[in-house]
Amino acid sequence: MRNTAMNMVHKLAARDERVLYIGSDPGAGTLRAMSKEFPKRHLIEGISEAHIIGMSAGLAMEGFVPYVNTIATFLTRRCYEQVAVDLCLHNLPVRLIANGGGLVYAPLGPTHQAIEDIAIMRALPNMTVICPCDADEAARMMEQTLDWKGPIYIRLGKGGDAVVSKAEHGFEIGKAILMRPQGDVLLVTTGIMLQRALAAADLLAAQGIRAGILHMHTVKPLDTAALLQAIRGTRLLVTLEEHVPSGGLGSAVAETLIDKLGSGLPAMLRLSLPDRFMHNYGSQDSLLKKHGLSAGAIATSIEHALAASRTSSPQLHST
Amino acid sequence: MIQISPHAEAALTCTLDERSLYLRRLVLGSVRSAGRGHVGPALSLIEMVRVLYDDVLRIDPKNPRDPDRDRAILSKGHGCLALYALLADRGFFPLSELDGFCGSDSILGGHPEYGMVPGVEASTGALGHGLSIGVGLALAGRMRERSYRTFVLLGDGEINEGSVWEAAMGAAKHGLDNLVAMIDYNKLQSYGPTDYVLPLEPLADKWRSFGFAVQELNGHDVGALRTVLKQVPAVPGKPTAIICHTVKGKGLPPAESNADWHHKNKLTDSELDAIRVAVGDF
Repeated sequence: MRNTAMNMVHKLAARDERVLYIGSDPGAGTLRAMSKEFPKRHLIEGISEAHIIGMSAGLAMEGFVPYVNTIATFLTRRCYEQVAVDLCLHNLPVRLIANGGGLVYAPLGPTHQAIEDIAIMRALPNMTVICPCDADEAARMMEQTLDWKGPIYIRLGKGGDAVVSKAEHGFEIGKAILMRPQGDVLLVTTGIMLQRALAAADLLAAQGIRAGILHMHTVKPLDTAALLQAIRGTRLLVTLEEHVPSGGLGSAVAETLIDKLGSGLPAMLRLSLPDRFMHNYGSQDSLLKKHGLSAGAIATSIEHALAASRTSSPQLHST
Repeated sequence: MIQISPHAEAALTCTLDERSLYLRRLVLGSVRSAGRGHVGPALSLIEMVRVLYDDVLRIDPKNPRDPDRDRAILSKGHGCLALYALLADRGFFPLSELDGFCGSDSILGGHPEYGMVPGVEASTGALGHGLSIGVGLALAGRMRERSYRTFVLLGDGEINEGSVWEAAMGAAKHGLDNLVAMIDYNKLQSYGPTDYVLPLEPLADKWRSFGFAVQELNGHDVGALRTVLKQVPAVPGKPTAIICHTVKGKGLPPAESNADWHHKNKLTDSELDAIRVAVGDF
């Protein structure tokens, strides 16, 4: 996914002279081909994220479309004020390509794990937040970023994620994709949780439980219409995210439903990482599994929630 | 012991001409109307802004978005009363707007906002942002082969921020000689002396070592400001830093070098009398 997104910057640069790549101190050889073909538009500016965001704002004020790239935690935590003021307040078309969203950098520990990035980016007025699920979708997504008004936060997975998106679904910023039709349960996913959702749905099907899947690649603006359509007839709404429980996809979905439905809320289960820093290393997959976000654990949680909903309150919550 | 620059001593003693007094009347009129405002930071800045807008910037108030205009960013956004006075005086918006400073329907807030105030290039107020934006503007100008220059006005307290020094390295890396950083060195930040809060000296050496061509002057000396600003870049291939030795609250004796006037709420009758004595009736 990461290489694809990077190569798309090169491709867009070839098509449009406004496109710039701005890296802080990325891995050796990042976009080498672009650096040779367009050396003036391939900028490596040092481990100075606060400055890079401000500089990108200045370039965008003059009509450029900068694609800023570094590790997700450094693009969000380190320079939050610059993102808020320089990009969002001015509503400038700077794209933040965040490597290693979620637990991609699991072995590197909590300084490198972007587990609250969606929440803090989503909180900013004018910011758009996109979490593609695989390389193919990342390519389709990047095509749409060129002329999008305002800043975009792009949360990338690590690469090598199973390709599950389909060309016929297309890609439109802010438009969710119904991957599986509505059933007893609706799973709402973002990013690489889609792969887990698909596998969990298969496991549930084996138990006779039909699970619809709505892939919410754009967490902000949230596709309210698609969400309201997809929850019709379902007994349980489940959100899946590689993120702390506060402020991410589950929060966005819950907020939207409260605003739109008021008292008629569906039973809801939010599956996420816990509200704490990860002190385990291992791999992205092993940490997801540890925190109940493997396909098997997701299916089990849903089975339990459905069973509980028959005997107790329809309003469910679990992290 | 810090060696006091002769420019700093000159800043303390130099007298102000009628235009400088008039601009102070505009600033203090806004403070009187609003019952609030950053007085000291604006008064130290007036001559720097005045010379820029009167004599240096290639700008047209009737066409404030001209792509070839020079860009100026007030990175120390809390000094905005000085900028507002110049922009109003130069015709970017009516002088009457100054009376609405910080009012609910005013275009003039306590920090300048892009899109709200004609002539304001960037929203500032959070410190340490302007020089990076200026690097972006200057780099864009060079890439677009435009001849505009970019001037960024920074506070001395502001350059406590590490992002300023990140930006300085970036400006030097790109050899942005179309970029000028002007430092309002009044040596007094919100709490107290810069030398107490976070010492900056040797300040000129710092900018020099970061790759800038450095000039120092008395920041209230209109003639010196004109001379230096008309000769930028000071060194081709390098960004320029102009360290302007100033006096916080300059021109208003009770406010001069007095941290209590950093931000001022309602002015008392005796303070209003002191202002009239210092700058004339307003």
